[in-house]
Amino acid sequence: MEERTNNPAARLYRSMYLIRRVEEEIIRLYPTDKIKSPVHLSIGQEAVSAAVCDHLEPTDILFGTYRGHALYLAKGGNVPRMMAELYGKVDGCARGKAGSMHLVDPSVGMMGTSAVVATGISNAVGAALALKMQKSKAIVVCFFGEGSTDEGAWHESMNFASLKKLPILFVCENNFFAIYSHVKDRLAGPGLQARSEAYGIPAEHVEDHEPMKLHERAGAALAAVRRGEGPRFIECMTYRWRDHVGPTEDRIHKYRPDAELDAKIENDNLKIVGSLLPDELRKLIEAEEEKRIADAIAFAEASTFPEDREIYDHVFAN
Amino acid sequence: MSSPTEGRTLTYGEAVFEATQAEMRRDPKVFVMGQGVDDARGMFGTTLGLQKEFGPERNFDVPLAEDAMTGIGIGAALMGMRPIQVHQRMDFVLLCMNQIVNMAAKMSYMFSGAHHVPMVIRAIIGRSWGQGAQHSQAFHSYFMHIPGLRVVAPTTPHDAKGCLITAIRDNNPVIMIEHRMLHNVKGVVPTESYEIPYGKARVLSPGKDITIVGISHMALECVRAKHLLEAANIDAEVIDPVSLSPLDAETIAKSVERTGRLLVVDTGWLSCGASSEILSEVFERIGARRPFVAKRLGYLPTPCPTTKILENLYYPSPQSIAEAAYQLTRGADAPVWKAGKVDSNEVAEFRGPF
Ligand SMILES: Cc1ncc(C[n+]2csc(CCOP(=O)(O)OP(=O)(O)O)c2C)c(N)n1
Repeated sequence: MEERTNNPAARLYRSMYLIRRVEEEIIRLYPTDKIKSPVHLSIGQEAVSAAVCDHLEPTDILFGTYRGHALYLAKGGNVPRMMAELYGKVDGCARGKAGSMHLVDPSVGMMGTSAVVATGISNAVGAALALKMQKSKAIVVCFFGEGSTDEGAWHESMNFASLKKLPILFVCENNFFAIYSHVKDRLAGPGLQARSEAYGIPAEHVEDHEPMKLHERAGAALAAVRRGEGPRFIECMTYRWRDHVGPTEDRIHKYRPDAELDAKIENDNLKIVGSLLPDELRKLIEAEEEKRIADAIAFAEASTFPEDREIYDHVFAN
Repeated sequence: MSSPTEGRTLTYGEAVFEATQAEMRRDPKVFVMGQGVDDARGMFGTTLGLQKEFGPERNFDVPLAEDAMTGIGIGAALMGMRPIQVHQRMDFVLLCMNQIVNMAAKMSYMFSGAHHVPMVIRAIIGRSWGQGAQHSQAFHSYFMHIPGLRVVAPTTPHDAKGCLITAIRDNNPVIMIEHRMLHNVKGVVPTESYEIPYGKARVLSPGKDITIVGISHMALECVRAKHLLEAANIDAEVIDPVSLSPLDAETIAKSVERTGRLLVVDTGWLSCGASSEILSEVFERIGARRPFVAKRLGYLPTPCPTTKILENLYYPSPQSIAEAAYQLTRGADAPVWKAGKVDSNEVAEFRGPF
């Protein structure tokens, strides 16, 4: 397995494969109504979480959104506990109180995700402020969709992060759409890279379908953050294959051309990364991840629902 | 107040659409702005087709920028336009609070009538299918607290249409509370335009033993509870306040004067909530001369858990409402009575994901 640890493509493939397959299992299970949760799938967007998180330590802090399965998995979140959470079971990562939209695993630095757009961004900046005050070696990574950058909170947070030279990487997953609203109908001016630079934050833009380049650029940006050079911003072009929320495709809504989606599916990042690996290694990774997923689902199935009295737990901290 | 019993039926969502369309046809100053108001789902059908008929100048999508968009709506209203803004969850309206409270609600008073803000904000309360802590909150009481804001929470399709028309024609900011569980509920809706006045509650079903007040979706649950109570020979009167601010406490107080019992069921938390307000208003009116027993039901005092098993405890149900009403009527010492089962179809059938 030496090969695997020294081979970023192998690590990326494992992470992306896990995300893809977990979400395909969610799609398969959804009609049973066992997962009574609004799921925002990342199928098509796996490369971003996988490429960025490959450079992170468990002590690094991650903030994200309701579209958080990929992030949780890429950061090393506990898979059985994620599945149990989707089932609303007591062994879920939040004992059934979070569902799909608020996955959390502090043991690997996965802070809980928020379902109110852009609300986690300022919290991430606050976490970076704390790390700086604490003279920690850890850093913060903050994921959000391009829709988040419409919000004043993004602008205010970027300004403050730059002002205080905080150890944070902002990762924008630009999948073109906020629900069915195209970014060109919401974003004026020269784009997000220029906006970030206007706040004094060095920024770059990485096209879709270049997962290894994305991996390399994320690594470089994170290295700069770790050196104490202040915040960095990466805009990662990507594409969501499924509906904004729910397990299905959304071609019936005609808000994007079928051909655009077909081309994305054709040019699958998972296949691109997989093609970099010898068959044998790829198959080995797949078999290992399939086992983890099957075990996770079995764990969720076997777990029980919380007791009634749990409804009152944790309204306040102890 | 008009209250038809037969005629054409529409869903609540269709009634909201019809009111919007009719008012946009009547008055070119009326326009609809909001996230997703022009998309293929059209805010649960309530804005579907408006852009086709009225063009993108009068029905348009906006960036995800609730604070500024509210302010922009207020600015347009100050210039005589009549914006309707839509939020698919009331949770997001928290981002609009500064503009709503410090600006919209103050313009008329602070400038002694020099300005007014004819704006409607439609806020939808979510529920079920794991909406969870941030997609199911109900903040109507926050708005009821503020002088200068009107707050309506219609339950029936008929009242939804009439309340929205009143709101659009009003020169004041109006918060219209809609509940996601109501959008597919059907009812009789006249084709012509009509206004539902502020401050007039609707007696949904008369009765003599206990007064049950249900807010928004809970009014439906209260009607179901009334039917369950028939098995225990209790005849409940169910009242829907329709308009929360101003509130028709008079109608409720008169009912309590007769029944001597009041149960208020809110689609929200109890503490400092609409239910507390209703109870206080009734007490101030009749408490000195007519002793009565009272109770409030609402969301449990926790954030909303996503797992269904806990969510079921979180919301009042026809059973829990009926059992609370039974206790109030028969007294705390009466033997325990278990209400029958009834399905709240709009909840049971909701599959989400949103
Ligand atoms: C403050 C706020 N406004 C609106 C919404 C409704 N909403 C949920 S997701 C979403 C789109 C967000 O798009 P983007 O940030 O690009 O992320 P993506 O869903 O594409 O991952 C919107 C408008 C919300 N959750 N919070």
